Amino acid sequence: MSNSFILLMTLLAPVLALFIIVFIPREETKMIKIVAAIGTFAALALSVFLFFAYDKSVGGLQFTMTIPWIRDIGVNLGLGVDGISLPMLLLTNLIGFTAVYSSWNIDKRVKDFFVLLLILITGVMGTFIATDLFIFFLCYEIVVIPIYIMVIIWGSTKRVSKEYAGMKLTIYLLIGSAFMLVAMVALYLNASHQLAVLGQGPTFMFAELAQLQYDPSFQIIVFGLFLFGFGSLISMFPFHSWSPDGYAGAPTAVSMIHAGVLKKIGGYGLIRLGVLVLPLGGRFWAPIIAVLAIINILYAAFIAMAQKDLKYVVGYSSVSHMGNVLLAIAALNITSINGAVAMMFAHGVMAALFFSMIGFIYEKTHTRNIGDLGGLAHQMPRLATGFMIAGMAGLGLPGTVNFIAEFTIFNGVAKVMPVQAILGIVGIIFTAVYTLRVIANVLFGPRRAEWDHLKDIRGPELVPVVVLVFVIFATGIFPNTLFHLIDSGVYTSGLAKVLETVGQATIGGLF
Amino acid sequence: MMNLNFALLTPEIIMAVLSLGLLVIGLLIPPGERKGMFPLTVFALLGTLAYTFYDFFFIQRGAFLQGMYMHDQFAVYFKILFLTGALLVVLSSKDYVSTFPAHRGEFYPLIMAATLGMMIMAGASDLITMYVGLELMTITFFVLVAYRTNDGKASEAAIKYLVLSSASSAILLYGISLIYGLTGSTQMFMIAQALGTVQSPVTVLAVVFLLAGFGFKISLIPFHLWAPDIYEGAPTPVTAFLAVGSKAAGFAALIRFYLLMMYSQTFAQTGQTLLLILAAITMIVGNLTAIPQTNIKRMLAYSSIAQAGYMLIGVIAVSTPSVSNFIGGIKAVLFYAMIYVFANMGAFAVATHVEQAQGSCDIKDFAGLSKRSPLAAVVMTASVLSLAGIPPLAGFVGKFYLFSAVMDQGYVWIAYVGFVMSMISVYYYLGVVKAMFRTEGEGLPNIPVHGATKFTILFTFITTLVLGIYPTPLAQMAISAATSLVK
Repeated sequence: MSNSFILLMTLLAPVLALFIIVFIPREETKMIKIVAAIGTFAALALSVFLFFAYDKSVGGLQFTMTIPWIRDIGVNLGLGVDGISLPMLLLTNLIGFTAVYSSWNIDKRVKDFFVLLLILITGVMGTFIATDLFIFFLCYEIVVIPIYIMVIIWGSTKRVSKEYAGMKLTIYLLIGSAFMLVAMVALYLNASHQLAVLGQGPTFMFAELAQLQYDPSFQIIVFGLFLFGFGSLISMFPFHSWSPDGYAGAPTAVSMIHAGVLKKIGGYGLIRLGVLVLPLGGRFWAPIIAVLAIINILYAAFIAMAQKDLKYVVGYSSVSHMGNVLLAIAALNITSINGAVAMMFAHGVMAALFFSMIGFIYEKTHTRNIGDLGGLAHQMPRLATGFMIAGMAGLGLPGTVNFIAEFTIFNGVAKVMPVQAILGIVGIIFTAVYTLRVIANVLFGPRRAEWDHLKDIRGPELVPVVVLVFVIFATGIFPNTLFHLIDSGVYTSGLAKVLETVGQATIGGLF
Repeated sequence: MMNLNFALLTPEIIMAVLSLGLLVIGLLIPPGERKGMFPLTVFALLGTLAYTFYDFFFIQRGAFLQGMYMHDQFAVYFKILFLTGALLVVLSSKDYVSTFPAHRGEFYPLIMAATLGMMIMAGASDLITMYVGLELMTITFFVLVAYRTNDGKASEAAIKYLVLSSASSAILLYGISLIYGLTGSTQMFMIAQALGTVQSPVTVLAVVFLLAGFGFKISLIPFHLWAPDIYEGAPTPVTAFLAVGSKAAGFAALIRFYLLMMYSQTFAQTGQTLLLILAAITMIVGNLTAIPQTNIKRMLAYSSIAQAGYMLIGVIAVSTPSVSNFIGGIKAVLFYAMIYVFANMGAFAVATHVEQAQGSCDIKDFAGLSKRSPLAAVVMTASVLSLAGIPPLAGFVGKFYLFSAVMDQGYVWIAYVGFVMSMISVYYYLGVVKAMFRTEGEGLPNIPVHGATKFTILFTFITTLVLGIYPTPLAQMAISAATSLVK
């Protein structure tokens, strides 16, 4: 295909910016920021192009590129997108681009910051466009260490110290990835033995791995290991506690990327590897995932109501929202998986906007304590608008893409697990309570004289609000742009067939 | 009937001549002019290295003296490794050597002599020849460790190394004598045939003694106790060479011995069980004791113990004598040993630089290095993360080879221990990263890197990164080296 290099270019755009930044003198901070913005913008523009150029009627993996990479173990440098990964790619670059602008006012060690940020964006992007398990994993692990360094340098110490938060986050993710590595090697060895019988060499390609048949008990064990790893990443209860601490300690851009896209690698991996490659394992674990997902939704929402720190509220709310995604995956049907992918996209945009706004509030007021803030809408109407739209999207207001995603999820879940669906919907009420409480306490109420000196967001600071709000409403009001794509992805990836066979057996198997 | 083809011994001969020649040159020229020893050594090593590459790809394998000494790709691969290690040590120690109180001229010939000993170990297929190489290496290291004569710690380290190493050599010799008593031969291939399937307590004892001897060199737990003290006391470049060269030589000898022994059922079972337990203990204890260390050299000592545990996993993967299985495990060890050289040399070169500039190398001396010497901080970070096995650095691919090889043999649990322990190791490696990046190091001097040191650390960094992203060339070399061993 003639377009096969577009994905590689998208991936390399931030890398190129990174190399340029390395050679810019440390003092020229403006230049560094501009180069970072251009690099991420190029990646964003290319992924928007891909979003519209993707042929939905054909579906499947498009823009593919496969280069044999490590021949002796069968690794290919495989890139490609389908309807599941393309929204994630777009999301990554949306957030990457806005994260650069949310960090516009950073003045401490600017060069180091943007170098690490660009590594981070490249790594996350690589995970979503890799069609090879090895490359997927390689890209995922790249991001862990830059995050650690960014948290300990630019993070903030509030309830827990930033060193503690950074280390906690890193250890959770790395231990999780140790489990995933074992699962990955086991899967690879099993597949290579099967392929050796057929006279073929070993492979890591997702598509080929998915075509092989694995022993049910093998599937259950390996899916369990993947679940542990990806579950930690998507902050599934009881492996969620890194998430609020980590977000609170991290600088704004890291919180945005982490909550916005990095976490979604967990859900994406569960769909791509778990459900597609190991469907029987998925069926075995689905009831357990569903219960844990309900705990996620309700328990985290409950805790979010009692938080004093803004970042903790959003941190717990993201844990709660990820419960919806997990619940959708556990329901194992086409509608719910559609909803899961859409929810990951919707939540990503919303969480990024939220963290960006909180970042600006903290930058200007030097506090994130809800009790200390109030009436900010008087002094900073533009910031207040962004904040409020993020909140409304968070509680799933119709008109935002989040509403449609949640609706699809519960539509799908209710078919197979009505009790869990109801419990999940109850979660929305809690969400509304804590979101409205935060909005009321922070933005509204009497004008406070102590904040009169604050300047509203302007210039480059407006970029995150404009871009993300536009995406929330554009995809919310015209959901077909997004949903057709996801739908074609789910249908043509073989997921539909897998789900039909697995789903039949699931109905009635629960509750 | 002597079929000695001396041409195949070229690298060994060059090294012997060069080390003696440099020693003489060092004595002939006046002390003030001995700076010229450095470029001389570097070019000598470079030339030999270039020859070994040619040797690796184009020269046939052969055996000497009825199989007492082997010339195969496996041996040449290790020669490349030792020479690369020696070269990087020499390059990174240029400024450090000038701080020695005396005998600066003899430093380089000694490094070469140690390299020669390692080469002989890698090529030996007779236990006595192997022992000669081992002693040549070890005795040279006694001198190198004690190089800073006016430093109490260095002298203490040297005495400790002398005593413990002699004890381990005695045990090794005793094991060899037991084997000779059992089989009537010291040649590994003959031993393997003679032992057959008989298992007696004496065989077990002999295996344990030999393993203890090798285990000392590769610092396996429980034969590791020398490592932290000696790593800390020795001059940092010597520590680096000890960590990469001595360990790799130990592995070369162990693999050759272990592989030939696999033909004997008794050895296969006893040896494998022993190695499994030792590998697990080594990985767990090595990593956990590295956590509380405050001195970077001690920390790297414990980390190198843990690394030995990972590499041992690859040796375990060689369980059944069929060609394909041999290759998986050995390839993994060979690959890992090479990338370990680059990662470790990067870390030690930075440590050498910091120690030389600031007088000590505790982890707190690295505070704010990212500001004071950005390149050194980046290289240190990449090196320790490669040791921890974080992609896109070479350590990740290396560990993947090791653990997938052993899982292929059905030992899932040991791979599991390995994966979890290497994630735990990230904790103490990040301790260094934290020190370098978190603060700006107020009150500490700016210490940018220059010249040979800069070249060394850049070279190790780029190699670690490139091999992590595109490991195929090295993997192919490792495969052909492993294949040459089982022919």
